Amino acid sequence: MIISKKVIRIKNIKQNIAFNLFRVFSAIVVLSLIAILSFIVYNGFGAINWNFITSMPDDGMTKGGIYPAIIGTLCLVAGSMIFAIPVGVLSGIYINEYTKDSYYKRFIKLMTNNLAGIPSIVFGLFGMSLFVNTLGFGDSIIAGSLTLGLMVLPVVIRTTEEALKAIDNSFRHASLALGATKLQTIRKVILPMAFPNIITGVILSVGRVSGETAPILFTVAAYFLPKLPSGIFDQVMALPYHLYVISTSGTNIEESRPIAYGTALVLIGLVLIVNLLANTLRKYFGKKIKMN
Amino acid sequence: MNNIISTESVSLFYSEFQALKNISIDVLPNTVTALIGPSGCGKSTYLRLFNRMNDLIDNVRITGKVTVDSEDIYQKDVNIVELRRKVGMVFQKPNPFPKSIFENVAYGLRVNGINKLSTLKEKVEISLQQVALWDEVKDKLKKSAFELSGGQQQRLCMARTLAIEPAIILMDEPASALDPISTAKIEQLIFELKTKYTIVIVTHNLQQAGRVSDYTAFFYLGELIEKGETKELFINPKNLKTQNYITGRFG
Repeated sequence: MIISKKVIRIKNIKQNIAFNLFRVFSAIVVLSLIAILSFIVYNGFGAINWNFITSMPDDGMTKGGIYPAIIGTLCLVAGSMIFAIPVGVLSGIYINEYTKDSYYKRFIKLMTNNLAGIPSIVFGLFGMSLFVNTLGFGDSIIAGSLTLGLMVLPVVIRTTEEALKAIDNSFRHASLALGATKLQTIRKVILPMAFPNIITGVILSVGRVSGETAPILFTVAAYFLPKLPSGIFDQVMALPYHLYVISTSGTNIEESRPIAYGTALVLIGLVLIVNLLANTLRKYFGKKIKMN
Repeated sequence: MNNIISTESVSLFYSEFQALKNISIDVLPNTVTALIGPSGCGKSTYLRLFNRMNDLIDNVRITGKVTVDSEDIYQKDVNIVELRRKVGMVFQKPNPFPKSIFENVAYGLRVNGINKLSTLKEKVEISLQQVALWDEVKDKLKKSAFELSGGQQQRLCMARTLAIEPAIILMDEPASALDPISTAKIEQLIFELKTKYTIVIVTHNLQQAGRVSDYTAFFYLGELIEKGETKELFINPKNLKTQNYITGRFG
């Protein structure tokens, strides 16, 4: 026989080693995730009760709840998405459907990619200088939302672009051949098909927006506010910043420790709920496209 | 001069590559014209001239004159959307929209401003009957078009094209992805549609060209080698290349 048994044996050994390595590394990923989650749940679960999520912080933030921080984060998520979704989706449509392959298109893509690489603290500084100072919004929900929105814009643009690219050209041609305009084709055929994948980008963005501290540091986040915001030009507390504050510069860090873990758990829970909602939406629309 | 389609020395370039070389063909109304030739001979490119689908490709340059209904369709002021309503197209692979059967047929009407439900219902039924699909789908119009078989999907695509009442129907190898029974149905359909429409069909299948068409044009490497009445061209080809191709010596 030309192929020796030895070669075959070595091949098999190599394969076994490689596969076991893959197994070990993926186990590391899963285990660290489980470790983090169980650590937070173990430490934070005791702090969580109805009062914790519905009342104001009390006694120098060592007692009471985190209600204003939850509301603040929800405001920022909503505000940044109101900005990032239309701008990002429309840019994605423009890049994929309207521009031909040109220097201009490559320039836009280069810029989008660079935008994605900018550290979030730089966005924070930029937001402060533009929205807070130059435009005079002050520390406010609108300044923070716009800053966060800018930060996740590349994610929304890229996922929109990829979602559109994944749709076979035959659908575009079929629609155009029936006398539909390009706009009608995009609105009635292409966007509904791309929608489920665009939602994925939105989910990722919501996760980042609710967790980032640096961009809101100089643009919106308050150390402590005894009342809820009454408009978009008010400051708010936010979960990630609140977490940072009570773990590093609270009045009594040791005493606020359980609240910190509770806050972390609420933050994770919030992101999880938003993801589940978006996923349901995605499934619903995915189904609707087929049935419609 | 009652040609419904006519091309006068049309050439088409993809960047530097010349895909069509000086093609002149006239098409009479209510006839079926088959475009045949080996892969890459330019027959599909030629077909796409008539509804300006080549416009969708970057760096395409066209010279010569293409007229549809005595209108030069490559003039600047031509309304492409209106042209495409008048010149329908059925594609090689069935490509229904991910919508219901009803909405697939109604789509062309809706995008052209017809939204009255009673009109839509009427047109959808007529169109589906024209392609002999009505009886098969009348109880499941709200179901997804993807639930239909390939042959049914292709007939749905034809119904979709017929719904907006074009004068001309372009078919780009409409049966090449289908089984023999579905193919036979499509061919039967082409035969019936001829009375109301002008049809230009690209096909790889020579028997099919022989069965359905009145006129045939043979393309080779971007050139029009021979054109004529289908019977004449198949029985008595004047050009040696045509003879070689239809007798299966190359292609």
